[in-house]
Amino acid sequence: MTSLRQTADQLIPELAPRQRQLLMAGGVGLAVSLVGLFFNPAQFLQSYLMAYMFVLGIALGCLALGMVHQLSGGAWGVVIRRPIGAAARTLPLLTLLFLPIALGMRHLYVWTDASLVAHDEVLQHKHVYLNVPFFLIRAAIYFAVWNALSYFLNAWSLEQDETGDPRIARRMQRLSAGGLLAYGLTITFASFDWLMSLEPHWFSTIYGVLILGGQGLSALAFLIAVLVWLSRRPPLDDIIAPEHFHDLGNLMLAFVMLWAYFAFSQYLIIWSGNLPEEIAWYLHRLQTGWRFVGLSLVLFHFVAPFCLLLSRAVKRQAQMIVKVALAVLIVRLIDLFWLIAPEFHTAGVWVSWLDVVLPLSLTAIWLGYFVWQLRGRAILPMHDPQFDEALGRILERAGERP
Amino acid sequence: MRISSTLYGLMAEFDDANALVAATRRAHDEGYRRMDAYSPFPIEELHEALGSHHSRLPLIVLIGGLCGCVGGYALQYWAAAIAYPLNVGGRPFNSWPAFIPVTFECTILVAALSAVLGMLALNGLPMPHHPVFNVPRFALASRNRFFLCIEVKDRKFDLESTRRFLETLEPREVSTVAD
Repeated sequence: MTSLRQTADQLIPELAPRQRQLLMAGGVGLAVSLVGLFFNPAQFLQSYLMAYMFVLGIALGCLALGMVHQLSGGAWGVVIRRPIGAAARTLPLLTLLFLPIALGMRHLYVWTDASLVAHDEVLQHKHVYLNVPFFLIRAAIYFAVWNALSYFLNAWSLEQDETGDPRIARRMQRLSAGGLLAYGLTITFASFDWLMSLEPHWFSTIYGVLILGGQGLSALAFLIAVLVWLSRRPPLDDIIAPEHFHDLGNLMLAFVMLWAYFAFSQYLIIWSGNLPEEIAWYLHRLQTGWRFVGLSLVLFHFVAPFCLLLSRAVKRQAQMIVKVALAVLIVRLIDLFWLIAPEFHTAGVWVSWLDVVLPLSLTAIWLGYFVWQLRGRAILPMHDPQFDEALGRILERAGERP
Repeated sequence: MRISSTLYGLMAEFDDANALVAATRRAHDEGYRRMDAYSPFPIEELHEALGSHHSRLPLIVLIGGLCGCVGGYALQYWAAAIAYPLNVGGRPFNSWPAFIPVTFECTILVAALSAVLGMLALNGLPMPHHPVFNVPRFALASRNRFFLCIEVKDRKFDLESTRRFLETLEPREVSTVAD
């Protein structure tokens, strides 16, 4: 069937109005939260950092999953390759959205305060790494790497669509191999810079992969939600099958376990070591009201999704798996809240209205941009080497062999 | 009478997977339950076409996993808090964070063993011989042919009418399977 070669915009007319609604809602939300910036810039930036890391996590997680799929192959990635590509193409927007953090650094990172560093021997030693110019240079490097990976993978994917040249798949594989390594390194240092240095005395070597695992989980949950949305409309309504959700559900279960493994490893190692410079991070959280947030993470970031995703029925039914995926996205945000907010509100749990409005508006804007990117290309990668394995039989059955 | 005591069932041979799935669906709709399908590669839809009877294996694995979990924790609790209570850096004897990895590993170990042993117990393997091998052409089931076998034990089984039913599915061949 030739119609699958048309762009998503032509096949799913609903995308354009949705994009407008999302961008408008996000714009209004962001305008409202500017009031917060005026009255309480520090709180605005704390909430902004959380919202930003949440959205960035989805985009980078998608970029990384796309590269994993290039290397591993497999039917699971074919139906989500276009949403993955569209999410990766939001990285220029995310680069721009990093500016408020770069401009408002002094509200977020205590190590930018020269008078404080002057009286702190540890921070003086760390000054070689934790100083404003180097921080900004590093951020520029991260964004250069991520944008370059996204740009080339997406450009070659478009070329693959048009020509079907099998050599392109090989080229994308080669870039993905190095790209995954680069992603692992950049996200480790980015999480050290942007999140771990909120408490500059503290360090945890597993922190980078903890963030990395969380980004993979965010991305999978997001992709499942997008796929469910697409599977309820033509042309994908008779193409997306329970097997696709089953595969992605299994992957999400693996990422839930991976996150729990990293999070618990960090706790176990620091608990076993019981060293003053390491335990402070946990003391701030577990000896105040923040421990209930931590407890809710154990229950809803691990136990609940783990038990639900063991079930075959949950994974194969679109209306069930989408609920789990959306709940996972919410707990992903709570996990970032747990990483960031206790650094600033040491007395106990404190939720600002900006902690709700900013994530919602930033997500809406990002989602609008994502939909815009999704509209421009075909909704399935016809020349993916795994296309037949993933969809050949289903298309044959429906009489829609391209 | 002699025939029914030495007969295992009737077997139809098909050329491709779609024909086998369609035939299995028809047989299930017709009311046949004691039947099995054989193919050179796994076919996702077959499971459901055969009328996916719920296996007890998940329950066995769950119970095994819970036993491993409780057993693993109990072993450490007994060792660290009852039998050899040693003060390690002022930590409580029952230091649960340190017990989690071993508890987890024991859960997985016992659950995995229950899965393997439970699977063998439920499907009766290892089985040195099965009546379907009495049909010489069945050797093709591991190459490029697809088979559906309705067993004598089925309540609806009748040598004549079942054969007639299988013929309507347009198989290559219908053969009797000796027990």
